[in-house]
Amino acid sequence: MYAGIDIGSRTICFAVVSGDQVIHSKITDTGFEPVKIARSLLKGNYEKIVATGYGRHAAVSDFAGKVITEIKAHALGAGFLFPGARTVLDIGGQDTKVILLNDGGSVTDFQMNDKCSAGTGKFLEIMSGALGYAHVSEFARIALNGGSGVKISSMCTVFAESEAVSLLHRGVKREDISLALHASVVDKAAGMLVRVGFRNPLVFTGGVANNPCVVKLLSERLGVEVLVPPQPQLVGALGAALSGRKET
Amino acid sequence: MADYRKMWRDMGLNMKNHDQLLEALPPTYHDAYLTQDNRPESMEYFDFVVNEIHGLRIQELQKHKASGGKVIGTFCVFVPEEIIRAAGGICIGLCSGIEIGTAEAEKVLPRNICPLIKSFMGFKLAKVCPYFESSDMVVGETTCDGKKKAFEILNDYVPVYVMETPHMKKERDCQLWREEVRDFARHIEEFTGIGISASSLAQSVRESNEKRRALKRLSELRKCDPAPVSGKDCLLIEQIAMYDDVVRFTAKVNELCDELEDRVNAGSGVFPAGTPRLLVTGTPMAIPNWKVPHIIETSGAVIVAEELCTGLRYFENEVDEKGTGVDALINNIAQRYLGTNCAVFTPNTGRMERLLQLVKEYRVDGVIHCALSFCDSYAVEANRVEKVLRQENIPLLKIETGYDQEDTGQLKTRIEAFVEMIKE
Repeated sequence: MYAGIDIGSRTICFAVVSGDQVIHSKITDTGFEPVKIARSLLKGNYEKIVATGYGRHAAVSDFAGKVITEIKAHALGAGFLFPGARTVLDIGGQDTKVILLNDGGSVTDFQMNDKCSAGTGKFLEIMSGALGYAHVSEFARIALNGGSGVKISSMCTVFAESEAVSLLHRGVKREDISLALHASVVDKAAGMLVRVGFRNPLVFTGGVANNPCVVKLLSERLGVEVLVPPQPQLVGALGAALSGRKET
Repeated sequence: MADYRKMWRDMGLNMKNHDQLLEALPPTYHDAYLTQDNRPESMEYFDFVVNEIHGLRIQELQKHKASGGKVIGTFCVFVPEEIIRAAGGICIGLCSGIEIGTAEAEKVLPRNICPLIKSFMGFKLAKVCPYFESSDMVVGETTCDGKKKAFEILNDYVPVYVMETPHMKKERDCQLWREEVRDFARHIEEFTGIGISASSLAQSVRESNEKRRALKRLSELRKCDPAPVSGKDCLLIEQIAMYDDVVRFTAKVNELCDELEDRVNAGSGVFPAGTPRLLVTGTPMAIPNWKVPHIIETSGAVIVAEELCTGLRYFENEVDEKGTGVDALINNIAQRYLGTNCAVFTPNTGRMERLLQLVKEYRVDGVIHCALSFCDSYAVEANRVEKVLRQENIPLLKIETGYDQEDTGQLKTRIEAFVEMIKE
């Protein structure tokens, strides 16, 4: 049994693999004591525990045997779920990554957003709240019915929020603004994919891949099929677990 | 460290701001430097120099000034230090790599500007740099538009002399540069009141060449695997080169090299053999900017060369010592300095060619291109670097970052992922 744990900014994901099977997985909120929460997820004896995500180094000084970056973890996980995948787009809580893979599934190039969290899960979460939705899933569902023609031009989360609010005041429909906000996330991700020179098949991972509106807009925008695994936010933890298996 | 407070106060430093700066320095230095494993013992001198950065060396400068000597500050490896010393001056590099006096600097500069420019303006306006306050005059150059225009502003606070560095390398540019160097020599002579003689210039040329040779010797040793010294330590030495006494510094670098030769012969190093070897290229990393090198060397890689102004560009190529008379030597000086592969030149093919050679010579596994935020010349030229490296299948990671620490988490992830990629 090999365990992988992905300590992200918003969630902690845990996956256990045995042979070619994922035998256990769990997703929890990161909370305020990430390492403690991460440790509480461990149950049983693992041949190796591999940590990834922002809390990876804290985990390795506490309980994990090894660290890999989220980039390698998502590459391994996506390649396992979709053999032959050539590009991985991962949009998590606070960053966006585009990873290119070769035939063998190894990373050949990658891009990552710099300091700012524009266009990530956190952005959608804040916008969802600003527009009064109870949950991001509702925000996405309503956005799917929105009409086009509205554009959010600001990439900054704070400025985009005031832009959205002033559109509301001008009487623009909430679903149209919702769609525009999703489109701005897709624009940023698509820009990064084009800059790196992405190739098919394209796998979309991370929590934002759960958002059907982002997936639909991205597929339309790029004109390609976007492959989304059933639990996209688990891919990093899965990749970490697989990397333990690979080395032993 | 001895008590230098009186000296600082007499120099006109803003003591409150200066205390804050000193508090900011030691923990960074401790974390980045003193926690390294198996450091060469001869690094002790350089640690001492850093500890005394605002102490002993400043005392030396003040003593020089008290006996009528001049201290001349510079911001670029294009300014010929030989000429300053031949006219009895001391040449000090003033570039700084820490965010300081930002609010003061933003009174006179736009908010979005290269951190190096903002930093030197901040240091001057907040009166926190004893090197700046020791400088009787500073020498600027036209290697980028931001600096060029900032020097006009800086001239309100300290006399600034600007050298025109050409932007191409045609014969008429070489002619211009020779004249610039000649004018500079005349200006310095007038300023210090000491004429440059053939023998004083020959001596300063020889001493600077010896410093370059010592640094070159150090860099040659880094071609070995395992690397006998860390990239961080070498960067520190290259930063100290800009303000330490030339002859003493040269001797200390050579002492370090003696120790490193023993290490190489014994097959020992600071990282295990086979550690991924990286080359760093891009904008200068002025002291105490160790951010990216520190992340690299705590992410499982070692830096084996810096194609930077605080690196190979500073000490590669010597001034031809042959030639009699001041004019001949000045021409030799001009020629050596124009060989610098700065991104101010268009095209700058020399840099691309040199990078490919360095990758081979230093057995480099990957290159990290590091540009300071808002540095157009290097950020744009990164594309040319990418093009030649791609053709040769050499992995490249491009980074744009400033002096702040807010992006260290992301940088760490990107650099670790780059190292993972190289290892595969």
